[in-house]
Amino acid sequence: MKFSRKEKAKSAIPTASLPDIVFMLLIFFMVSTVLREYQGLSVILPSAKKIEKLETKRHVSYVWIANDGTISIDDKLLAMDDVRSVMYEKRKNDPQLIVSLRADKGTNMGIITDFHQELRKADALQVNYSTKTEA
Amino acid sequence: MLRKKERDREAEIPQGSLADIAFLLLIFFLVTTTIDMDKGLSLVLPAEGQQTEVAKKNISNLLVNAQGQILLDEKPIKLRDVEPVIKQKLQANPKLIISVKTDRRTEYQRYIDVLDELKQANATRVSVAEPE
Repeated sequence: MKFSRKEKAKSAIPTASLPDIVFMLLIFFMVSTVLREYQGLSVILPSAKKIEKLETKRHVSYVWIANDGTISIDDKLLAMDDVRSVMYEKRKNDPQLIVSLRADKGTNMGIITDFHQELRKADALQVNYSTKTEA
Repeated sequence: MLRKKERDREAEIPQGSLADIAFLLLIFFLVTTTIDMDKGLSLVLPAEGQQTEVAKKNISNLLVNAQGQILLDEKPIKLRDVEPVIKQKLQANPKLIISVKTDRRTEYQRYIDVLDELKQANATRVSVAEPE
């Protein structure tokens, strides 16, 4: 009856490298974490199916447009007439500028169109309409 | 004589709790990380003052009114029919430009829906027209 011997076999998971693994994960999260720069406005984004990801975050500038037509760029509330100068400055500093538009889904197209016109005048032509994934 | 003894004393930092500290930091970063993806529909606006003459046969007008009804080349169309119809038109004429025109009171969501349909039909030449 040598079978009983098997029970004595010890199995322990080596934990010596645990801190290394944890540090690796830690460094990954530290590098990938981007602390949120702007608060923005509270908007309900529209939803769409065929959405694309923005490759870079570096050239992206966010614009919030709320239901009532308030515009927020860099946490500053702006009037429609000021958009042009602000966007022009941004465009001058970064020719590859992409404007990420975070507008509420109930916004009237009139406001959006006016905004388009201001962007065109500021020569900031690359627009990305921020949307949610459609369920 | 006293000094020699002092040198022999070994000073060690306890490393037993190192993993705990690392875990704590890890959890902090896990919680604060927001991988908020920038997703959406991309569009390039036409440049200001740049008006190019386009042959009429190369343009398709897509109008969306305040009630969200869609008119494609003077014919009313349902939202879900936009994609197959545009696809057909693009097959017939790959140079086709779709000009989207909206009313000032059209909902933004409706505009995005239409744009989404056009993207699904792989229409790359989309232009946004000013409402009158």
